[in-house]
Order: sequence, then structure tokens, then C-alpha cells
Amino acid sequence: MLQVSIYRYNPETDKEPYMQDLEVDTGGKDMMVLDVLELLKGEDPSITYRRSCREGVCGSDGMNINGKNGLACITHLSDTVKNNKLVLRPLPGLPVVRDLVVDMSLFYQQYEKIQPYLQNNTPAPAIERLQSPEERAKLDGLYECILCACCSTSCPSFWWNPDRFIGPAGLLQAYRFLADSRDTATEERLANLDDPFSVFRCHNIQNCVNVCPKGLNPTRAIGHIRTMLLQRGA
Amino acid sequence: MVTAVTNLGRSGLYDWLVQRVSGVILLAWFSIIGTYIGMNGDMSHAQWQAFFGQTWMQVLSVAAVLSIGVHAWIGLWCVLTDYLTTRMIGANGNVIRGIASAVCGVTLFTYMIWGLQIVWVG
Repeated sequence: MLQVSIYRYNPETDKEPYMQDLEVDTGGKDMMVLDVLELLKGEDPSITYRRSCREGVCGSDGMNINGKNGLACITHLSDTVKNNKLVLRPLPGLPVVRDLVVDMSLFYQQYEKIQPYLQNNTPAPAIERLQSPEERAKLDGLYECILCACCSTSCPSFWWNPDRFIGPAGLLQAYRFLADSRDTATEERLANLDDPFSVFRCHNIQNCVNVCPKGLNPTRAIGHIRTMLLQRGA
Repeated sequence: MVTAVTNLGRSGLYDWLVQRVSGVILLAWFSIIGTYIGMNGDMSHAQWQAFFGQTWMQVLSVAAVLSIGVHAWIGLWCVLTDYLTTRMIGANGNVIRGIASAVCGVTLFTYMIWGLQIVWVG
């Protein structure tokens, strides 16, 4: 029997959050953490969490799994369970709505700030804006982000200043548009990032790189943004 | 919300660059001091004073003292605006941060003047 300790909080009935200890019979299978949650929910339907695609694409089920942020649907028990114990908590640093569900408004506000859409002030071509294979390759490692918030909520700078620091997820996407040959708003984008908080609160501790379930590297993208700001300011 | 009003250069890029340049100056200064001490085990006070009395060492030492001042202020500003905020410690966060910033600023300024006095006046 797998020992599971799960964060519980229902603001309508609980004065404060608590950890609930439960047991799950996994039948010896190396299932995903989400499967364990589904088994638990079968026993106690009040257990609350987000989930959707169950294959690491939608980014809904980001949570803190044995102390490390990750997606429950693609985290094998064998990769995280030690001493037969699984501890599940909501993503750190964001307000808890209920159990493992967090309010991601601050995260999305930062994402919105970087204007995550292509901006081009030249006349639209007849068919489409073309890119060379080399230009397209610059977007690899950037466009794959699924906005699960595992990175930003593992970043202390985002915990302390979530209203000012864009956070690794937002900055990865900021660079995704800065690096896009079809985007012409580079100057405006850089001007919006040139303050003491938006980018420069990153101190390169690389928690974001450590937890990204898609294997992306926000720290490297932030480094590229710094270089672009430096070249712009020089 | 935390603002950048007490930030050294009002610009993240400027502070980032200043912190790196001052870091390089401090690395050079400590490397030279370390090397000199390593090469002169039994050093007399007169020898030590003569070493610091050279113009190039005085210039480098002044640069190092100023570098410590700006480097420390940028670092402390980051720490204070992380931990001493209304988000972290409640409604009085900005007042407490203002007081802590003033204490840090006065302390750094005092050490800088004292350091310059030692290096330049002797």
C-alpha cells in the first residue's frame, strides 16, 4: 500500500489547510501520480485537483510532488516515491482555491504583460509570412511551453514579487517573440522589460530548468533577453 | 506593490551591469592582495604601508571601496525588496523597508568614507 499525504483545504469548511494521510493500493504497478489521485478521488470525491489531457500537453495538473513541481500525469511513481511515501501539495506561492487547485491569476497577468502574440507592422503578404529553416529553428525550445506554471512557482523571485517579476514562464515566451523573425515589435517588447523587476529579478538559480516537465530552459532565454537589452542600451 | 524608487540606477540593466563591473574590480583587488600576502609571508607594517602607498594601488583600492558600496547596495536592495514588503510582512512592510534601507545606506556610506580615508589619507 502506497502512503499518500495530500494537502487539503476547503475554504468553505476548513479554518486552515491540513495534510491528510491516505493509503492507496497500486497493485505494484508503476502508475502515474495522476492515476493515484484518480484512485483516491474514487474513494473520496471531495479531493480536488485540475486535470485534462492526462498526457503532459494541457499543463492542467501541475502540482508539488514530493517537494518538486511537476505534472502529475507524466510523473511515474518510480521517479518520485521514496520510502513508499508520496506527498502532494499545490504549486507553491499562489493562493489556494481548494486542495491542489491554485488561483493562477498572477501567473496569467505576468504572461499577458509580455504580449504573447505576433506583432508585425508591415503589410500582410498574400499568403503567409515566411521563415527560413534557420529562423524557424530559433523558436525550438521556446514554443513548446504549455504554461503549466511549474517553473514560475518554483522560483523564489516569483514567490516574493509575483506582481512585478514576469517569472520564467513569461520570460521564456517573451524571448519566443523576441526571437521570431516575423515579429517587428522588438524595441517595444524590450522597452517593456527594461526595469529593475521584470527580467532582472532572475538570479540564475535555475529552479525553473530543474522542474520544467517539457525539458525547456527559461534561464537561457532570460540570458538572451539580458543580452538583447544590453545591446539595445549600448 | 514594491517600487524601484530606492534602486541605484532606476534601471535593471544599469544595476546588473554595475554589479558585474564592480564584481570584476573586487575580484582583481582581492586577487592582488591575496597574491601579495602569499608572496610576502613575514611582512612588516612599513612594507604593507609602502605597498598601499603606491599610486596604482591607491587608485585600485579607491575603485574597490566604491565597488563594495554600489555592489552591496544593489544586492541589499534586492534582498530588502524581496523580504521586507507589504506582501511578506503586512501593512507596515514599506515603512520597515524604508528604515532598513536607510540603516543599510548610512552604514555603507560610512564604511565607504572610512575606507577612502584609510586608503587615501593613510
